[in-house]
Amino acid sequence: MKTLVWVEHDNQSVKDATLSTVTAAAKLGEVHLLVAGKGVSGVAEAAAQIAGVGKVHVADDAAYEHFLAENVAPLIAQLMGDHDAVLFPATTTGKNVAPRVAAALDVMQISDILSVEGADTFTRPIYAGNAIATVQTSDKKLVITVRGTAFDKAATTGGSGTVEAVAAAGDKGLSTFVGAEIAASERPELTSAKIIVSGGRALGSSEQFHALIDPLADKLGAAVGASRAAVDAGYAPNDYQVGQTGKIVAPMVYVAVGISGAIQHLAGMKDSKTIVAINKDEDAPIFQVADIGLVGDLFTIVPELTSKL
Amino acid sequence: MKVLVPVKRVLDYNVKPRVKADGTGVDLANVKMSMNPFDEIAIEEAVRLKEKGAATEIVVVTIGVAKAETDVLLTARAMGADRGILIQTDDEIEPLAVAKLLAKVAQEEQPGLIILGKQAIDDDSNQTGQMLAALLGWAQGTFASKVEIAGDRVHVTREIDGGLETVDLKLPAIVTTDLRLNEPRYATLPNIMKAKTKPVAKKTVADYGVDVTPRLKTLKVVEPAKRQAGIKVGSVDELVEKLKGMGVA
Repeated sequence: MKTLVWVEHDNQSVKDATLSTVTAAAKLGEVHLLVAGKGVSGVAEAAAQIAGVGKVHVADDAAYEHFLAENVAPLIAQLMGDHDAVLFPATTTGKNVAPRVAAALDVMQISDILSVEGADTFTRPIYAGNAIATVQTSDKKLVITVRGTAFDKAATTGGSGTVEAVAAAGDKGLSTFVGAEIAASERPELTSAKIIVSGGRALGSSEQFHALIDPLADKLGAAVGASRAAVDAGYAPNDYQVGQTGKIVAPMVYVAVGISGAIQHLAGMKDSKTIVAINKDEDAPIFQVADIGLVGDLFTIVPELTSKL
Repeated sequence: MKVLVPVKRVLDYNVKPRVKADGTGVDLANVKMSMNPFDEIAIEEAVRLKEKGAATEIVVVTIGVAKAETDVLLTARAMGADRGILIQTDDEIEPLAVAKLLAKVAQEEQPGLIILGKQAIDDDSNQTGQMLAALLGWAQGTFASKVEIAGDRVHVTREIDGGLETVDLKLPAIVTTDLRLNEPRYATLPNIMKAKTKPVAKKTVADYGVDVTPRLKTLKVVEPAKRQAGIKVGSVDELVEKLKGMGVA
């Protein structure tokens, strides 16, 4: 089987999410990559170094700079004449573009796969990760999004892919990019961090969230996450949200501070290797999944913990 | 401008799903079902557009069992939708088939905007809106946290991995809602009573001539691996010791 992998990048460097997707694609067969963007020769060169990669298709055009689905999907659909499967990381870009490609090819997309069981059989989570379904597709072409935390990352070196330009399919004129507000952060990226410190509603305010969670995260070299309650209350920005509707993470250590553990939150973090919970309510559901729990007032525990690390 | 809002009846989000012992799926017998939370946000946004004068009529459509009429179409009308369409079927319809059915409804109704939830909390697919946009050849504004109509364009602020992004789309267009787009209003009792007088057109899948044969076959459904019971520590010192033992800090 010949697979095509969507390379997630920011027109400058390859994002980590791509690497897990390459691992999933390699289980299906030969791996080709697609780098679509503007001024992406550097990205294409880096992509060609990824272990196990055959060909790197490069579509360099202003129409692809912001990965607008209306422009990118027809390009991919066109490349699918030559490929049997296309895999996207289940990032916001992948989730935005992949179904548009699937509909163009008249196939059912398989979302957020956790494993490859065979050439046409995959597992995926349903009901906020409370059940795992094994599904078999009857479609001739496969369109798949891949849960990054479920696959190891392919090595970024050792590959020797050949770079080949693809003719751009042009701007469809349906949409234009206006602007972006990217949250600045010096900390590790949430989805690839080894340690995450996450805060919930119990933090009480944005000031307290930053005063307590940030120093602890910095001490541990951790990324900062949040529950939906904390995000909705304005304590933390949207892109911090861990859960069914936010980011799915599986770090080595996940420290949940003042998070009760609603099923929607657990869906985003329960595959973490070790879960540490700090909560004053000893009946909080978070303690049912926590490996190490500490019952008590986070306003005294967290500063003490930070100072003792 | 007419706004079309597709909604789905799903297992209530507060209910913990139970996997059936025979591995055929999740047990939906005698459990509370309600409107998919993202779809409530979609209805709310449509109603707000109408209140601002940007929308003239709100049509709500659902595909599913007969009970969807009382479970979700009634709620949608009580929240402010003007009329409903029930496409009745007892079969499970995949996102691709849903998108095809909705494309037919869109051709009949000619809406200026279609607002869907970003994903249903049962199958967690996150596909239908994008597929519908592809089938209609329309622009898509997925994961919307802000929607502004400006003449024959719509500005959509989208929640993306690193933060927010704004796109300008040509109408007619598709918008899918993210959690922070709005806070849905409650359907009040008088409005529920009033909603019962608002019309619902009853259709079947066959009326649309769409092939809804599933492409995916579910071989089995299992519970995720259980985590081993953890321990509780009594003090911060013990916690620090544990963390150090794991090589953290």
